[in-house]
Amino acid sequence: MREFGYRRADDVTGAVALLDADPGARYLGGGTNLVDLMKTGVERPARLVDIRRLPLDGIELTDDGGLRIGATVTNSDLAAHPEVRRRCPALSQAVLAGASGQLRNMATVGGNLLQRTRCGYFADVTKPCNKREPGSGCPAIEGEHRNHAILGASEHCVAVHPSDMAVALSAFDAVVSYQTADGPGELPLADLYLPVSDTPHRETALPRGALITAVTLPAAPVAARSRYRKVRERASYAFAIGSVAAALEVHDGVVRDVRLAFGAVASRPWRAHAAERALVGSPADAEHFAAAADAELAAARPLPDNAYKVTLMRNLVVAVLTDLAQEAAR
Amino acid sequence: MHPSTSSTVTLNINGEKHQLSLDHRTTLLDALRERLDLTGTKKGCDQGQCGACTVLVDGRRTLACLQLAVAAEDQEITTIEGMARGGELHPVQQAFLELDGLQCGYCTPGQICSAVAVLEEHAAGWPSAATEDVRPEHGPPELTDEEIRERMSGNLCRCGAYVSIVRAVARAAAQQDESAKEEAA
Repeated sequence: MREFGYRRADDVTGAVALLDADPGARYLGGGTNLVDLMKTGVERPARLVDIRRLPLDGIELTDDGGLRIGATVTNSDLAAHPEVRRRCPALSQAVLAGASGQLRNMATVGGNLLQRTRCGYFADVTKPCNKREPGSGCPAIEGEHRNHAILGASEHCVAVHPSDMAVALSAFDAVVSYQTADGPGELPLADLYLPVSDTPHRETALPRGALITAVTLPAAPVAARSRYRKVRERASYAFAIGSVAAALEVHDGVVRDVRLAFGAVASRPWRAHAAERALVGSPADAEHFAAAADAELAAARPLPDNAYKVTLMRNLVVAVLTDLAQEAAR
Repeated sequence: MHPSTSSTVTLNINGEKHQLSLDHRTTLLDALRERLDLTGTKKGCDQGQCGACTVLVDGRRTLACLQLAVAAEDQEITTIEGMARGGELHPVQQAFLELDGLQCGYCTPGQICSAVAVLEEHAAGWPSAATEDVRPEHGPPELTDEEIRERMSGNLCRCGAYVSIVRAVARAAAQQDESAKEEAA
């Protein structure tokens, strides 16, 4: 590991000023991803600015009934919070589906959004990787890509974003608040992650040195009946090979409102707008759920070894929406 | 200007304060084992995947291999060496002994620290990925074997002593419920 300086930030302004003054500095939250990547040399910061003890660890109801979640709230506290479980059970479930109890106690909301891909080539500094070393190539396309992207990838990178939490946040139009030396700013989560294109090393639209301070979920009554379902290669403590965050409101057997987002299929949480459009006004049955999944997955461009994900995602969408429709009928 | 790459750090471990001069790269795990001779906490994978290094930081189970020591300054750290009280084993330790919740023992300190926290998390009403319905009106989940397996999934045991580990955690949980009832009565 490269040697580095360490400073514990006293307040948000101070943290942002430290980053602004030092291009080699990085924020340290829970460190569960950053410290791991520093050990392997993927990340080589010259200084860490520790933001974990900043007073950004609250979860508050907003005036309109949404939730404002501080950036240093741990994954554990987010998942256990009664208002999160009441207003958006899919968010609690998504967080609980990720990592282990120990890691969720350490990991923060801001860090979860900014964690790096678990692509094996990205993690191995002896291999080429366009995300880690622009222009060096992407061995995953010809190599090990069983768990890589089927949507929105490019010939330069097919890595997936590993977060479960971000998938649920994406389904409910979360907004990310941040602070820079020039002042505060906001980005819809939908615009946080940049398209892969030929610049997979540029992952987010955050300005340089920005510190995520909070994530706000606008009020969405449909979120009260929501679920997160994750498929992985072992029963627990593994990254997704596919996941769905969904919410459904049915009236007289017809879909009135629906939210759908996919995980582990793209470089970002994938909001399934095409599927949502196909569903609103349709009968809430398996046939129409499958047709909606197909509408979204028509854009899929799988590689030889991850074509299974197209079927997997279709089946997941049908299963989750069927569960939600049955719950609505009770 | 090059920032200093080491600091003097006060670590509060099992109720005792230790002042150390530490390279910032030092993990809490290495500080415990290499600098303070607290070798009960084990190094397994050293990359956050096995749970052998689990300790409690301010009561929360934490992976010492991914925790920079300098960032844990002034927090209350409890290791396996600090679990027994006044010569009495912690009920979780006792249950692991009585029910053979181990074979080689290497993962055991991490398993025990993790299980102690699992009981507290459950008592606080936290749901898990095994919880059927996380909405608060459904009340806290019962600590079934399935719940225990899910909550303990961050601790690997390569001997495969899982069956006995689950039994040990269940017994400690039942004892905790009993003593809670006695206190209430």
